[in-house]
Amino acid sequence: MWVRIGFVLLSICSGIMVFVYAMAWLLIPMEGESSNIYSRAINDRRGIRLIAAILIPVLIALQLITSTLHLGFVGFVGWPTLLAVGVVILIWRNANESEKAFIDHDVVPLLGADTHGDGRRWLMARVALGVLVGAGGIVLLVEGHTTAAALRPVGGTALVVAASVIIFGPWWLSLVRDLIAERQARALAEERAQMAAHVHDSVLQTLALIQRSSDDPQNVVRLARAQERELRAWLFEGRPPGAIGEDATMLGEGVGLLQRQVEADHGITVQVVMVGDCELDEALRALLDAAREATVNSAKWSGADQVSVYAEVEADTVMLYVRDRGQGFDPDAVPEDRQGIARSIRARMTRFGGSAVIRSAPGEGAEVQLSMPRRQRVR
Amino acid sequence: MSTGSDRVAPAPAGRPRIFLVEDHAVFRAGVRAELGEAVEVIGEADEAAAAVELINERLPDVVLLDVHLPGGGGHAVLRGVLPHHPEVQFLALSVSDAPEDVIDVIRAGARGYITKTISGPELLQAVYRVAAGDAVFSPRLAGFVLDAFAQGGAPTTGLDPELDQLSPREREVLRLIARGYTYKEVARDLSISAKTVETHVSSVLRKLQLSTRHELTRWATDRRLV
Repeated sequence: MWVRIGFVLLSICSGIMVFVYAMAWLLIPMEGESSNIYSRAINDRRGIRLIAAILIPVLIALQLITSTLHLGFVGFVGWPTLLAVGVVILIWRNANESEKAFIDHDVVPLLGADTHGDGRRWLMARVALGVLVGAGGIVLLVEGHTTAAALRPVGGTALVVAASVIIFGPWWLSLVRDLIAERQARALAEERAQMAAHVHDSVLQTLALIQRSSDDPQNVVRLARAQERELRAWLFEGRPPGAIGEDATMLGEGVGLLQRQVEADHGITVQVVMVGDCELDEALRALLDAAREATVNSAKWSGADQVSVYAEVEADTVMLYVRDRGQGFDPDAVPEDRQGIARSIRARMTRFGGSAVIRSAPGEGAEVQLSMPRRQRVR
Repeated sequence: MSTGSDRVAPAPAGRPRIFLVEDHAVFRAGVRAELGEAVEVIGEADEAAAAVELINERLPDVVLLDVHLPGGGGHAVLRGVLPHHPEVQFLALSVSDAPEDVIDVIRAGARGYITKTISGPELLQAVYRVAAGDAVFSPRLAGFVLDAFAQGGAPTTGLDPELDQLSPREREVLRLIARGYTYKEVARDLSISAKTVETHVSSVLRKLQLSTRHELTRWATDRRLV
C-alpha cells in the first residue's frame, strides 16, 4: 500500500515514475510466484491470437473510415489506443488472483466500472461533464495562443484542472479514506498493546500473588480489594493502574514511590541509590514502569531478600539498574513471548527510544539494565 | 552491599577488638550477637563524651560508630579521638539516608559507612576490611560520592585536580558498587584484581576527606563542621 502511495505521489512530480512502477509491476514476480505477469502474457498464445483476431479487423475498419472521412488524427490516436487496450486485456487474462484484486480495488474505481444503476448514470454524467469541461479548457488553451488574449490560457488551465478533479476526485477521496483507515487500525493496535501491558502489571500480577498466598485469607482479601480499587480507577476515572510517578514530578520521587510500593506489596527490601535527578516526562515514566516491573519480578522470582535499584541521570540519558542476588535464570531460555520481560519491560523502553538489557545466569542473580534517552537536556 | 562474602580480610592479630558507640541498647545487643565470637567487643558507650574517654583509654582496632548520637553526633567522637590516636579505625553506622550525615562522618575521618540494615556476615566483612585499613563503601555512599563529584558541577577556581576530581576508573568502580556489586564482582566485571578495586576505593576515600569541592564543603558547613 505504502509503495503504491509513494508512486502515486511521485507520479504527480513526474510521469516517468508511473511508467517505472508499471514496468516493475509487470516484471517483478509476486512473492511466492516464479513468473512475472509479463512473461505469462507473452506465453499466452491463445490470448494473443484472440486479441489479434479482434483488434486487426477493428484496426482495418478504423483505418478505412478515417481515410475516407479525411480524419487523419483519429488514426493517429486510434493506433496506440487499440494497442494499449490489447495489452491491458492480455495482462488481465494473465494476472493471478491477488493481482486481479489489486486491479479491482485500485484501478477499476478510477474508471468507475464497478458502479451500477444510479451510480453508473451519475458516473456517466460526471465523465461527460468532465470531458466537456476538459475539452473546453483545451480548446481555450489552443485558441489562446493564436488570439493572445491574456485571460484565455488561464481560464483554459482552470477548466482542465476542474475536469481532472471531476473525473478523478472520487478516486483520490477513496485513496485518502484508505489511508486514514489504515492509520486508525495502527493506533488501535498500539492501544491494545498498552492495555495488555497494564492488565498484565495489575490484574495478572495480583492474581499470581493471590495464588501464592492462598493459605492467607486476609492477604487475599487485601490484595483483591486493592486491585478492585485500582481497576475501577482505571476503567471509570481513566487513571492507568500500575503507573508510578503520576503524582511525582521528579525522577527521584518516582523511584522513592517505586521503592515504597514494592516493599509494601512484596515484603522485600529495595535499596535505592540515586545519582542526580531530573524532571519526569512521558519517556521517564515509562522507564519507571519498566523498572517497577523488573523490581517486582526480582521480588517474586529471585528468592533474594533485597533488590538494588541504582539510577543515574546523565547529560543525555538516564540509566537505571535493577539487581538482585537471587537464583538467577538463563535469559536465552526464556521464551520471547513471555509477557513480563517482553512486553512490560522491553516494549515499554523501545516505545520511547530506550533499551533494556538483561544480565543473568543460573545461580548468579539477575540484573536488568535500562537506558532511556533524555528529551530535555540539562543546561 | 560492598561487603559481600568475596574475601575474608585477615583479622589483624587474631580477633579484632571492637568498641560500640550506639545509643540504642537493643541495637548494641543485636550487633554483639551478630558479630559473636568472631570479634572481641571491648566496650560500649551510648553518648559522645563517654565514648571519647573510653576509646582513648582502651584503643580498640575498630569503632562502630552511630552517626546520630546524643551529645554531638558521630563526628564529635571522631574529633575527640583521631587527633590523639590516628591508628583507631572508625566504621560509621546509620539508618539515615541524608547525604550530609554520611559525607560528614567520612570527612571527619571514618573509613567507611554502612546502613543498619546490613546482614551479620556483611557487617563482619566490613569490620575486617576496616581493621585491615581498607575503605568500606556501601552502594549508598558510592552514590553520594558520584553525586558530589559529578562532572561539570566542579567549581572553576582553587581546585586541585588530583583531589577534586575522580578518575574515570574510580567512577566506574563506584558506579558498580552503587549498583550493588561486591568488590569481587566489580573486579570481575572490570577485569582487574580485587586488590586494585580496594586501591581505587581507598583513593576515593582520600579524595573525599581532603577535597575542597564546594559540594563537600557545603555539606560540611551546613553541619558546622568546618
